[in-house]
Amino acid sequence: MFSFEEFINLPLIWAAIIAIAVYIYIILDGFDLGVGIIFPFAPSEECRRKMLNSIAPFWDGNETWLVLGGGGMFVAFPLAYSIIFPAFYIPLIVMLISLVFRGVAFEFHYKASAKRRFIWDYAFHFGSLMAAFAQGVMLGAFVQGIPMIGRDFVGTAFSWASPFSMMTGVAVVMGYALLGSSWLVMKTDSVTQKWARKVTKYAVLYVIVFMFAVSMWVPFLNQEIYAKWFAWPSFGYLVIIPVLAITISIMLIRSIINEREYQPFLLTVLLFSVSYLGLAVSMFPWMVPHTIPYWEAAGTPETQSLMLVGVVVVLPVILAYTAFNYYVFKGKTNSDDIY
Amino acid sequence: MIELFDTAVLSRIQFAFTISVHIIFPAFTIGLASWLAFIEGMWLKTKHPIYLEIFQFWVKIFAVTFGMGVVSGLVMVYQFGTNWAVFSDHVGNVIGPLLGFEVLTAFFLEASFLGIMLFGMNRVGPKMHFAATLFVALGTLLSAFWILSANSFMHTPQGFEIAENGILVPTNWLEILFNPSFPYRFFHMVIAAFLTTALVVSGVSAWYLLKDRYVSHARIMLVKALFAVAILIPIQIYVGDASGLNTLEHQPEKIAAMEGVWEDESPAALVLFGIPSEKTQSTNYAIKIPHLASLILTHSWDGEVKGLKNWAREDRPPVWPVFFSFRIMVGMGLLMLFTGICAMYLYFRKRLFTTKWFQRWCVLMAPAGFIAILTGWFVTEIGRQPYVVYGVLRTADMVSPVTPHEVAWSLAVFVVVYFAVFGTGIYYIFRLINKGMEVGQWQDTYGQHALKNPTTIADIFLFKSKKDK
Repeated sequence: MFSFEEFINLPLIWAAIIAIAVYIYIILDGFDLGVGIIFPFAPSEECRRKMLNSIAPFWDGNETWLVLGGGGMFVAFPLAYSIIFPAFYIPLIVMLISLVFRGVAFEFHYKASAKRRFIWDYAFHFGSLMAAFAQGVMLGAFVQGIPMIGRDFVGTAFSWASPFSMMTGVAVVMGYALLGSSWLVMKTDSVTQKWARKVTKYAVLYVIVFMFAVSMWVPFLNQEIYAKWFAWPSFGYLVIIPVLAITISIMLIRSIINEREYQPFLLTVLLFSVSYLGLAVSMFPWMVPHTIPYWEAAGTPETQSLMLVGVVVVLPVILAYTAFNYYVFKGKTNSDDIY
Repeated sequence: MIELFDTAVLSRIQFAFTISVHIIFPAFTIGLASWLAFIEGMWLKTKHPIYLEIFQFWVKIFAVTFGMGVVSGLVMVYQFGTNWAVFSDHVGNVIGPLLGFEVLTAFFLEASFLGIMLFGMNRVGPKMHFAATLFVALGTLLSAFWILSANSFMHTPQGFEIAENGILVPTNWLEILFNPSFPYRFFHMVIAAFLTTALVVSGVSAWYLLKDRYVSHARIMLVKALFAVAILIPIQIYVGDASGLNTLEHQPEKIAAMEGVWEDESPAALVLFGIPSEKTQSTNYAIKIPHLASLILTHSWDGEVKGLKNWAREDRPPVWPVFFSFRIMVGMGLLMLFTGICAMYLYFRKRLFTTKWFQRWCVLMAPAGFIAILTGWFVTEIGRQPYVVYGVLRTADMVSPVTPHEVAWSLAVFVVVYFAVFGTGIYYIFRLINKGMEVGQWQDTYGQHALKNPTTIADIFLFKSKKDK
């Protein structure tokens, strides 16, 4: 048996790995869920076919990051996993069912008869929408905190529901819509692209409004978060995050007005990164907010060590062939590029 | 209604339902991925379009099945947390890495190369495409490796100790990974998946032959699939027997439930059929063959088989489902053996393509693999009860602190959604089979009676040498 606990801070590394896996998930599945959210509003059947084709080779790999996030919790922080998952029972089940619908809709869209296709197109849309909303609700409920006494969950089946979590639910839907529409600007042309540009314009406004609202609300949810953001000297370092967010927002709006191809998507990703960083700073060091910090929720060092070897060896390979996959399907999507 | 069931019972029903539906898809895709890799390899070797057409037909079915496997599998990963939180907390340290490695080495591999496999034919060269298919096939096998290891640990746990707070702490990774039942159960499952696919392929091909459609393709597929059945089924029976011996050593009460044996017996008779009763603690109306259970289980003429009465009632698995599931699984295995033997006899007598009754039989046998896999899993999982980790943790103590209402609702939603969604998916698969293949014009080169004079293997190799010239 081996363990690295004497050389490195295993729980901290694992908290970081899970945070990064969830971040990659949000970006990657964010754009394909986003495409689903705006799907029914596309101007034509051909546009919708193009939208599906632009994400069909990727969605499966994107969703695997969600498995890694959940699985990583199970491995490295079994205590947190066993508290958070039952506490979010209803939104998690809603998310899973929604992902079932939208996942099969990719295949079923091509297999269904023209008359029945609309069923799977709606399944794709509502599945994406509800999955995004459920994720946003869980994000909000997580930030707000899970009612605990000692190590036991003491909330009810609906403890996750609050005005704040409903708002974050809508915020995530809008955020994913922006990721999805700017992805389409990058990956499609002609009519689809023109329409996607229009959607991006609206989406970016909503996203900025919601980001502002969330940023203003979060510090007032909890004394500790408030102290972190508004007390000297931490304010001196942390002020960079809102400054960056504002700068990126302005650049994003400019790139959309100037009708750039790649910039809107890349800047949206950057905006998401900064917001995520802001939330991560707010939540640090809690694994179950605001009762169990990451080092108390950690599994055994032997388990974390073994899995760390796996991650260090395998994750670069995964990133390499994921990049290869995106490279193979680079450029504008072809509407008849199906098997 | 809800008062009758507690969270534990409802969670068990939900888990059993969702995993039973789930296993159908990977059981098929494990074999199908390897079948596709084989067919694509044949295409690369011979350059004959017939293999490409076969590939393009099955890859559509693969895509639908795989998609359903992914989404139903995601549900499983999260259900450990939502419904079995105490279990996750107790064993996460030990079996967590096995699932973690499954995600890292298998899920990403499958998911990423699936895109190229399905949509990349025009974007990468044939060799790269073949590599993608191989990676997907490798991913399915790696996935089976890790998940079977984790599951086998729950049957034959070792390499851990129990900390003061009741949590399992790993002490030896190799012992955990290669726990005693793992090799048997891994090979048993992988061969079962291959058999399942082979039977589906032979069923579909036989149906095409009966309908006089795609005769050239169907003949090629039928022969390959039936050879796979004929070769694999004896191996499977051997591995199954070895797995049974392993179970007798480590989980004797499971064997007692499978055999419907209540008292210690030596020599033990094999109960061919009967009705086990928990009330009378006996197997009634039993048709027995003397000495056979001793012979099979101990490989001696009058070896002892332990009866269920050795264990207290609350430590025994439920006998009824284990007993009957086992008989169905073995029955399917024997039918497969019969199929394999007939196929070889007819093939070497050169009557395989003309024997209509056997083709009809192959169509009937198409679902046999699925039935065997499901009932086999019923045997092993119900046979482990009342434990979730055999001898260590009891299932009933492992549930999440959620209310029965929540679980009742989620169970109802799962049942409705699964039947609607996966029912439709299976319907689409049938429709794809009915729609058939897209066949090119190449067959015309074999004369005007192409359909009545189907392509032979010799033609395929001639085709290549013609092209080489």
